[in-house]
Amino acid sequence: MIGYLVLTPFLAALLAPVLVLLIGHRASWILALVPGYLLYRFFDFVPAVAKGETVLQSHEWLSGFGINYSFMIDGLSLTFAFLILGIGFFIVIYAGGYLKGHQHLGRFLAVLLAFMGSMLGLVVSDNLITLFVFWELTSITSFLLIGFDNEREASRRAALQALIITGLGGLVMLAGFALLGLVGGTFELSELLSKGDVIKEHGLYSLIFWLVMAGAFTKSAQVPFHSWLPNAMEAPTPVSAYLHSATMVKAGVFLLMRTYPMLGETELWETVLPLFGGATLLVGTVLAVRDKDMKLMLAYTTVASLGLLVLMLGVGGERAIEGAVLYLIAHSFFKGALFMVVGTVDHEAGTRQIDKLSGLRSAMPITALAAALAALSMCGLPPFIGFLAKESIYHSLTHGGLHEWVIAIVAIVGNALMFGVAASIAIRPFMGKWIDPPKAVHEGSLMLFLGPLILSITGIVTAVFALQFMQAHFFAPMVSAVAGKEVTLDLHLWHGINPALILSVVTVGLGIGVFAFTAELKKFFDKVLNFINWGPDKGFDQAICFLTWFAGHFTRILQTGEIRTYMRITFLITALTMLVPMYSLNIWPKMPEFPELRLWEIGVFVILAVGLLQVVFANTRLTAIISLGIQGFSVALIFMLFGAPDLSFTQFMVETLSVVIIALVLTRLQLMKQDRRSTISLLFDGLVAISVGVGMGALLMNITQLPLDMRLSEFFSTYSAAIAHGRNIVNVILVDFRAIDTLGEITVVLITGVSALALIRVKAIPDNKTKTSKGSQALKETS
Amino acid sequence: MNTLILRTIVPLLTGLMVIYSIVVLLAGHNDPGGGFIGGLIAASAFALYGIACGVAPVRRALYFHPISIAAFGMLLSALSGVISLYKGVPFLTGLWWFPEIAKGVEVPLSTPLMFDIGVWLVVVGSLVTIALALEEKE
Repeated sequence: MIGYLVLTPFLAALLAPVLVLLIGHRASWILALVPGYLLYRFFDFVPAVAKGETVLQSHEWLSGFGINYSFMIDGLSLTFAFLILGIGFFIVIYAGGYLKGHQHLGRFLAVLLAFMGSMLGLVVSDNLITLFVFWELTSITSFLLIGFDNEREASRRAALQALIITGLGGLVMLAGFALLGLVGGTFELSELLSKGDVIKEHGLYSLIFWLVMAGAFTKSAQVPFHSWLPNAMEAPTPVSAYLHSATMVKAGVFLLMRTYPMLGETELWETVLPLFGGATLLVGTVLAVRDKDMKLMLAYTTVASLGLLVLMLGVGGERAIEGAVLYLIAHSFFKGALFMVVGTVDHEAGTRQIDKLSGLRSAMPITALAAALAALSMCGLPPFIGFLAKESIYHSLTHGGLHEWVIAIVAIVGNALMFGVAASIAIRPFMGKWIDPPKAVHEGSLMLFLGPLILSITGIVTAVFALQFMQAHFFAPMVSAVAGKEVTLDLHLWHGINPALILSVVTVGLGIGVFAFTAELKKFFDKVLNFINWGPDKGFDQAICFLTWFAGHFTRILQTGEIRTYMRITFLITALTMLVPMYSLNIWPKMPEFPELRLWEIGVFVILAVGLLQVVFANTRLTAIISLGIQGFSVALIFMLFGAPDLSFTQFMVETLSVVIIALVLTRLQLMKQDRRSTISLLFDGLVAISVGVGMGALLMNITQLPLDMRLSEFFSTYSAAIAHGRNIVNVILVDFRAIDTLGEITVVLITGVSALALIRVKAIPDNKTKTSKGSQALKETS
Repeated sequence: MNTLILRTIVPLLTGLMVIYSIVVLLAGHNDPGGGFIGGLIAASAFALYGIACGVAPVRRALYFHPISIAAFGMLLSALSGVISLYKGVPFLTGLWWFPEIAKGVEVPLSTPLMFDIGVWLVVVGSLVTIALALEEKE
């Protein structure tokens, strides 16, 4: 059943363009019913999961390889599913309002829904390979959504960059999964989860660890792979809010949480994750403070938040996981809401530069309210869920040694900087004196403010009114699933005065400082970054530049463009592959007894010999080719004489057509009529030709001297008429017994046709310097 | 190759060859022949027509672009395999029907036949594509 639920968004994706064609942007109200309905269906799992049970369902796929379309729902996947569907519900509605009247809205909604299905599949997969397939699908849908505005170069570059970075990471991760399956003996996560000890003590552990981390770190934009995420802001805002803050970028964190019982709590894990996470947190916040584009500011804080999550998972232990889980949920709410707020402001006011906006509260009161509520949660102030998350994080860090305190300081600095950014986004555009924005501004439509408002209100409702319910049904099961054991939580908004609260107060104090001195900080960071003047984004361009340069040069060495060289190399290697094994293994065939030939058989051989001489000594190329045809016809005659009419028939036709086509090619190429070569190349070519002939002959003789296994032939002659209703065995094999081979062959034939057509149509590219006039002349003539 | 004799006789010959190729295609299950050989015969017929009378008449006679014909053949072959999936047997399993069109006259229809027709179309389409593209003057 879960399998069908996962497929539902894909079906809806097929419907979306049609629906948009029929009723325009209002279609998103109907399409939002899909995540809504799925949300309703997933509620069925809540009671079981709250009791600590795991729901498993499996459909066979390639079960021989241990690959199944199998699903697992536990606390971790269920909470993720709710985030994906719940936020997805509002995003679909928001997208209808945001891209109202856009000519490709249907396409956009279709890809968005396909993404939703992929992400849902990713989190509920039980099989590692199934998980990988959905993982790649999220990368591909993300590529399509970032490049949605495909007429702009920046979009295309950002899309490609995201695809290359996450795709490469995904491939590396697949290798890790394969090893994990090998070591654990199964691809099913539900079974692997209990084999943590086996995996951690295995010699391949550190390799598996690094390979899986490559997938997680690229997907979750950890330094130095983070640069694709801010660039992905080229996508329309619904995409940024949904994929690049609330869900997809958390897939890496999801993977870390999923593999925590298998790979976590080792020295390697507890060293690498805090390093990457901490670096990401600091780099992300610094870049966020520096930026003026509100969407980019949010994007960088997303990078930072992902860093914080990785950091917490690296610290490990139940309390740190609790902090990570709460922060992940809180972040999805407030960041999704803030992105939509910024999108609405951009949509209505025509700019999202923070220094060009001020005093919008009177024009956009509801959006301002949503921004304020979401930002308060992001700042980690009570009574929002963001506060609970931060308290849990600090709580876990104050109960350790020096290591934890260093991490705590990193977390405080990061949180304070994020506080400053959140405050800037909530206060600067909405408060203060009115500045006329580029567009006549007014409140966004219902479709635009519904999502951010509900999401930001959820952030306070969860913490104040539904804390016990959420704790029992979502938080605790999720923490237990990650930790791999039963964990009980005891969350309250007020814990009394304790070290965590003091750290919170320090953070808020620093945060207010950051907000007040944003301009000075910005200048300082600018100076530092200009001094470094290099980043992974630049590095990506350099890598791509190097790759194309390298490919170009490498191709130029391999591909001389001279067909004669290609033929020589091909035939030389063919000869060597046949002769070298026979020589080195010393398995030359025995010379067979020369049979007594009948008159007509001698006749065929005479024709063959004459044809051969004619090919070698022909005056013109055309004569040589036609003589080659004679060879082919003679072979066809031999087939005929030895009772293979089908083969002979085909050989005749193939010979005819190839002579015709080669002759046509010759006239087309306008070669010289005669083929002149130097003596050396004549000798060399002759040697290659004779080696191929000897090799092929020896190979055939070897094969015929082996005892012939007749089982297949007997099978075909017995069953051809009986079960395939045909007496011509050759044809029955082609279209029935071995039809899949034939399907492959005709694919090749078709591709040959397409590529030949393309090649013939390509006109010689005029050399820019010398033949420009000629080229433009040709252009004039064709027009 | 612009001789009068050739130009007169080739259109007739092409027609005969195409008919023959269809015979070869249909008879192929029991006698020598089949989609591949039939396709080669038809392809050489059209190539010959092109050589004798020029490319334009061939394109007119084919109506569809030969590469589309090939692609359609590919589709047909692949779909013939999908039919068996609906019957719950593996992809490309041969299925047969023997509808009686008159008393005692059964016409054997099958997915392998559909598959073979697809092969015929792919071979004809691809080879004619190449031949016509080469025959065409720049």
